[in-house]
Amino acid sequence: MSGARRLLILGGIALALVGMSYGLWYAVFNEHQELEGLGKSLTAGFSAAAERNAPAAAAALKQYKEQKYAYDRHVDVHSHWIGLAMLLIVLGIAFDRLAFSDGMKYLLAIGLFLGAFTFPLGVLLQTYNHGAVPRAVAIAGSALVIASLGGITLGFARGRESS
Amino acid sequence: MGKTSSLSPGNLAAGAVASFAPLGARRLLLLGGVGLILAGMIFGDIFAVFVLHQNAARVGANLAAGVHAALVGDSTAVLTSFQNVGGFLENRGTKVDTHVHMIDFGYLALMLAILQPWIALSEISKKRVAWVFLFGSGLLPVCVFLIHYVGLAYSPLQAIGWASILADLGGLLVLLAMLAYLLGLLRRATAKEERGAQDALLTDRGSEGRWMLAGGVLLALFGFLHGAYYASVDLYRHEAMDSSILSEMAAGAAASDTADVERSFREYGQLQGDKAVQIAAHAHLIEFGLLAIMLAFFQPYVALREAWKRRWAGVLLLGSALLPVCVLLELRYGLVAGGLADLGGLLVIISLIAMCIGILRYTGELDAPSGAAR
Repeated sequence: MSGARRLLILGGIALALVGMSYGLWYAVFNEHQELEGLGKSLTAGFSAAAERNAPAAAAALKQYKEQKYAYDRHVDVHSHWIGLAMLLIVLGIAFDRLAFSDGMKYLLAIGLFLGAFTFPLGVLLQTYNHGAVPRAVAIAGSALVIASLGGITLGFARGRESS
Repeated sequence: MGKTSSLSPGNLAAGAVASFAPLGARRLLLLGGVGLILAGMIFGDIFAVFVLHQNAARVGANLAAGVHAALVGDSTAVLTSFQNVGGFLENRGTKVDTHVHMIDFGYLALMLAILQPWIALSEISKKRVAWVFLFGSGLLPVCVFLIHYVGLAYSPLQAIGWASILADLGGLLVLLAMLAYLLGLLRRATAKEERGAQDALLTDRGSEGRWMLAGGVLLALFGFLHGAYYASVDLYRHEAMDSSILSEMAAGAAASDTADVERSFREYGQLQGDKAVQIAAHAHLIEFGLLAIMLAFFQPYVALREAWKRRWAGVLLLGSALLPVCVLLELRYGLVAGGLADLGGLLVIISLIAMCIGILRYTGELDAPSGAAR
């Protein structure tokens, strides 16, 4: 098994395990509470509106906004880590068909693995910090995934031409 | 049936026959994986046609009722309406989760089937782990589906019911099976003596396999590009609009401004529709891309004529592109685009059934001479 292939397959399975463990932890300890919180703050907002209490309605809906922001990202992290892991594994299996040198293949594999790990990590960090750093981590991760995937597509296309 | 797969039993090496033995890990995972994907897709189609739109209408009606109750100052009716919205959303959420998890576990099963020659475990261990994986993969989506119906009946916990507990157990079983296969892979990767995993599946370069591999990578790439575009242009705007429209709705209700509430409510519905189609197109592009890549490897196991293998590969790719593109066009062209998207999904299902029949023919051809089929 070449180094690039090993990195993608073992890294992909490890990433799938990280995504699944995170999903399991989230489902058991966090998801129900978050969903309950979302429902409560939305209801509280409109109940306050019914009582003509506009400040209380605004406060409850602000809370809803923050909870929704975190909930969407928690679910995205779980699905993106596992989805990207699957992509890493299948591309790893087919990696020897790439018409590139071993060094280039390894570079693409490192780019894809790093991107697949850091993109959802950046999204997860956004739930703790709304600043620019987590967003930059997520953008850098997704850019790495897209650039590596573009290179891999090119490698497969060249492979077909040369075969 | 004329000319069939290049990996027909007549020219199969003994090792290749052994790698696809009856009730062996690879065969269990391949057939189980295709079965899970098919079941998940058919469930998704049934859900989309018979549940999704009706459920969305009920959510909308109850949300409207809640907002109008706030408008007339009836806080008891607000509470009832929003409780109903929560119930309908939970119903929808668990059905979407059932659909997604069934298909994703099917994908994982296909990947593990491809990886079997690289996993340094005994055949019996591989088979047992495959059964654990498939049991967990079936248990989780079935129990997630039941969450809405079982609720908290006889549950020892205050917030989590038996269906959730068993679904989590299913997830744990899948996790343990994945861990076992990872250990097997690590054992091979760290072995002092590198034994080359000879596998005809990885060396086959039939035209249908090449089409599916290239088409699959392209679909996944478009999916990522679309996701990046959505995240950079629409995601934060949509999130800001979601909260600002709800705030306007509540403020309008508090001020008894019916026109303002009605306008906000219409905008909120449009926003939810826009978000849903963008996310669905992104997810389906990548998932169908992955499916095409994985099925590309299994083409040697599809015992159909070469021409038919190419046709089914084309149908799969056509359906995989048609569905997400038409989903994106749904807001502009309505039911016409929706119908075409459903047709795309149907094409994927039909081609998957055809390939599954080809794989079953192959297992029959393989088992018949050895008497394993009896």
